[in-house]
Amino acid sequence: MTPRIPILELEGALLVTVQVDLDDQLAVQLEEDLGAALARSSARGIIIDISGLELVDTFLSRILAQIASMSRVLGAEAVLVGMRPAVAVTLVELGMTLDGVSTALDIDRGIARLHALLAESP
Amino acid sequence: MPSEREFWPLKATRDVGDARRAVHAAARSAGFRSADAVRLATAASELGRNAVIHGKGGRMTLERLDEGAGIRLEFRDEGPGIPDIEQALVDGFSSTGSMGFGLGGARRLVHSFQIESGAGEGTRITVVRWRR
Amino acid sequence: MRRPADTDFPKGLYMISDLIGENAEALLDDWLEAADRVSRARPELAHERRLQARSFIEQLGQSIDDDTRPEDVRSAPWSGVRETLDAIVDTHLDEGKAPADIAFFVMSIKRPLHRLLVMRGGEPDDMLRVIWRVDLIVDRLGLYTAEIQIRRKEQVIARQQEEILELSSPVVQVWDGVLAVPLIGTLDSYRTQQVTETILEAVVETRSEQVILDITGVPTVDTQVAHHLLKTVAALRLMGAEAIVSGIRPQIAQTMVHLGVDLGQVVTKARLSDALKLAFRRGGLLVSGGAAN
Repeated sequence: MTPRIPILELEGALLVTVQVDLDDQLAVQLEEDLGAALARSSARGIIIDISGLELVDTFLSRILAQIASMSRVLGAEAVLVGMRPAVAVTLVELGMTLDGVSTALDIDRGIARLHALLAESP
Repeated sequence: MPSEREFWPLKATRDVGDARRAVHAAARSAGFRSADAVRLATAASELGRNAVIHGKGGRMTLERLDEGAGIRLEFRDEGPGIPDIEQALVDGFSSTGSMGFGLGGARRLVHSFQIESGAGEGTRITVVRWRR
Repeated sequence: MRRPADTDFPKGLYMISDLIGENAEALLDDWLEAADRVSRARPELAHERRLQARSFIEQLGQSIDDDTRPEDVRSAPWSGVRETLDAIVDTHLDEGKAPADIAFFVMSIKRPLHRLLVMRGGEPDDMLRVIWRVDLIVDRLGLYTAEIQIRRKEQVIARQQEEILELSSPVVQVWDGVLAVPLIGTLDSYRTQQVTETILEAVVETRSEQVILDITGVPTVDTQVAHHLLKTVAALRLMGAEAIVSGIRPQIAQTMVHLGVDLGQVVTKARLSDALKLAFRRGGLLVSGGAAN
């Protein structure tokens, strides 16, 4: 059985905390699981905490961008929180600025940002 | 002193994770600053995935230079090769729909980047990053 | 005339090692006297210098041999001699001596060594050869002191570069959640990379969401500098922080327009105070002017 990243539901949002280096398959699995969870629950937001991630490459950043667009299609919003400085500079040098993805410093601020985004959207 | 070399297989995408973790650990233990270790490991991730997906599998050789002042990585595959290297290094170019920023991006994360490839001859990419 | 080759030297004839060992005190006096004639050591350092010179002679006596070759002074058995030279160089540098003086001091041991060898006597041919040999060895040691000095200077330069880097990009926490970074001087690519990393680390440490990059102290903003600013702003956004670029003087704005430099979506303010007001407002802080005018 493929290992999975657990998805928690917290204050009307789905919370994912990535603590291990994400292999490609695990990342693809997470995207699918999040889509299914959004469809199933009443949650209208996703918070992905990547403060435990040492490395994000172009593959994973594409998956993260896809999760954000998918959420919007499903009438929800996604916020990426806790990106490490070394990861941020490397992604910028790679040319991956994730323009369509909302971000926040930590989970608390991520939740606040999510509420603000949901208040703006119709 | 003979230089230590490590070999990492690149047969499946799962191997890419092992290889990049090894690069990150080697760079940190050689005294690379945090962001520099991540830069090199991210380049390894891009190039490793290229060897798996585009090159149909290969291997990575990790070598410490000048007692850890630098790290050299070599990615070899026996795949179809890259017919137009210049084009492959352009950001956003992808022949498989997944590698757009991979090669060009990886080149920006290292201090030296060499690529040898020809149609039907496989690809060898060698990169070096110094500790600074 | 037959030119005596190094290999012709009869081994063990002079027993230089014993010669130096047995006459260490006399050699020391002779050497320091000769050195003092050229440049006298500061009185408070004279004692230190004598101790160091004595341990140099001791180490030399233990390492040298009748068949020592000049290049041997770099080998492992000579590490003791090299260490005493390190100490001698440091003392002289503390005294403010010029590089040539330090090498000269070490090389001024030649005459006292010659005198010792002449005292032992022997065939003129042998004596000439042993003196040549000793001279070449001492020359190498003199050269080595020059190398130590270069290395010391390089260390100083590297340390100063680090210090300049720290001084030129102080990350100031002006309020809870608000950082201000006055960027000063030319932004070359290596320095900006480090400055960017320092700013991002400070964002994590202070949990700041607002970052003001003030470029009042940057003399020119060309495409390269603009590119660096954009990259820093993009990295900050990825982490969940917001950037404001302030301190764009009219001349700089004009140059940027001429050069076609585009800061795109980046929020810019002419003055640092305007950037602060915006940062406070974004951070949900109320700024009330006591004496509004």
